[in-house]
Amino acid sequence: MALDTAPKGWRSFARYSMLTIVALFILFPVYTTVIAALKPGNKVLDNPLLPNAFTLDVLKNAWTEGRLGRYLMNTTVVALIITSVQLMTSIASAYAFSFLKFPLKRLVFGIFLSTLLVPLEVTLVINRRTIDSLGWLNSFQGLTVPFIATAFGTFLLRQVFMQIPPDLREAAQMDGLGHWGFMKEVAIPLVRPTLGALGLFSFLASWNQYLWPSLITTEDDMNTVQTGLRHLASSDLDKPNLIMAGTIIAAVPILIVLVVFQKQLVRGLTAGAVKG
Amino acid sequence: MAIKTRRLRDIPLAFAMLGPSLLVLLTFVLYPLGKAVWLGQQTCDVQGKNCKSVGWGQYTNVIKSDQFQHALWVTVKFALITVPIGLALGVGLAVLADKQLRGMRFFRTIFSSTIATSVAVASLMWLFLLQPSIGVLANLGWLHDIFPVIKEPGLLKDSGTALWSVGISSIWANLGFTFILVTAGLQSVPKEMHESAYVDGAGGWMRFTNITLPLISPTLLFTTVVLTSRAFQAYGEMDLLTNGGPIPQDSTTTVTYLIYGSSSIIKNNDGLQAAVAVLLFVILLALSALQFRGFGKRVHYGS
Repeated sequence: MALDTAPKGWRSFARYSMLTIVALFILFPVYTTVIAALKPGNKVLDNPLLPNAFTLDVLKNAWTEGRLGRYLMNTTVVALIITSVQLMTSIASAYAFSFLKFPLKRLVFGIFLSTLLVPLEVTLVINRRTIDSLGWLNSFQGLTVPFIATAFGTFLLRQVFMQIPPDLREAAQMDGLGHWGFMKEVAIPLVRPTLGALGLFSFLASWNQYLWPSLITTEDDMNTVQTGLRHLASSDLDKPNLIMAGTIIAAVPILIVLVVFQKQLVRGLTAGAVKG
Repeated sequence: MAIKTRRLRDIPLAFAMLGPSLLVLLTFVLYPLGKAVWLGQQTCDVQGKNCKSVGWGQYTNVIKSDQFQHALWVTVKFALITVPIGLALGVGLAVLADKQLRGMRFFRTIFSSTIATSVAVASLMWLFLLQPSIGVLANLGWLHDIFPVIKEPGLLKDSGTALWSVGISSIWANLGFTFILVTAGLQSVPKEMHESAYVDGAGGWMRFTNITLPLISPTLLFTTVVLTSRAFQAYGEMDLLTNGGPIPQDSTTTVTYLIYGSSSIIKNNDGLQAAVAVLLFVILLALSALQFRGFGKRVHYGS
């Protein structure tokens, strides 16, 4: 290391010590959560910093009695529906904006653009009323339909589609390749990496939604993991180990998804942040 | 003529491809915005039905009300707590981990890990730490002997510490996100610049303030904007940790909590909720315009 001034051994030792201390601080809430979830009820508050007892019953309880199994299934359905439909609508609208000629294109594009300025929190007062009047409270339609289209995804994909030279589209047309064929053979293969990042982000966003499901869900059967945890915390506050077990069960699937899709995550996150 | 027919020939296909998106965006983004503006000058019964106009003065009444001003002030304080501290910690962690040393991947994974927590997961982890009867800290005898507030009334129930406690939970939950962004920013700083500055005799701190910070300023701006808008829209933390309380000070009732919170004073008044939501929209718009104008000039985008 050309830049080190102090002896190398000391510098690394100081850095490793700092890294370790910081890592312990960050992991502290996770540590207390895990050991609580693995203790039987009577031991939880004895010595909250030490794993002085061990049982897997609480995790099992959280899954069945605490209904985390049910909540996870609901959330998976919701997140998969939103993600897959969002990808389809984004591809379709991005394709239309990039390769089709139609009147009022700029106006329609402007409408898409303007929706990016409206934060979710502003619309939900009215959306709750809309969903209520459609009879969609406590339903998968209510949890998914408001989110199945996204201007953000449309723009992201359009950005990539615009890199395709217009000549290529025309040449394809001469060869008798229609829009459907062009989309399948040229456009979609080109945006596949972008689709990966977009899909991951919409999956995470819909999995983590909190405010919206809490506004339109009153039946326990329709709780997602997030609102289910809220339900668990309010009805079983006297069983902290059960709540912590539920918290772990809720966190593990996302942890796995993030480990598997690490690359897409970092690429997607940094796309907007680093100009390079 | 040929061009004209091509223009028209695509219409059915364009309609089919854009229709679904357009329908959803109009129904669930633009219509609710317009409708909220209208509902903001109405008053409804507790079921949210039979709304009738009471005049646009309702907006000024909301702006003048103690509840709204208090919630706005709490929101601003929450942002002032979480954004600078969260950003500073994220930069500190990223700089600490920005070295090619053995085992660094391991530390980076830990520092990024909180990105896997949803607001409910993170909040409940912190609830278990901070809660005054079942919480970890309250059950450590030596700790609450030194800081009695941990047990009586509890960090989340004392009006002086509640907002900070929620803030710490929120900073922790966002730390992984900030760390990943800043780390990527640091990796885009060319090594040669550091080396030539080092040859010129610039010390570590000088290199950090004169080279690293200006070069990662686009990243810092982006992170600041995202963290600020998250702070202004934070809801789950308050819902799970404090319910907007402690009462009567409502120390953690932010604007978003005022609109949607289950113990908010306007929870049964759709008209007032809509009015506050519209005001939140205006505030967020003004805020992002301000951030990009104010900091945008000082941001170094290279050439």
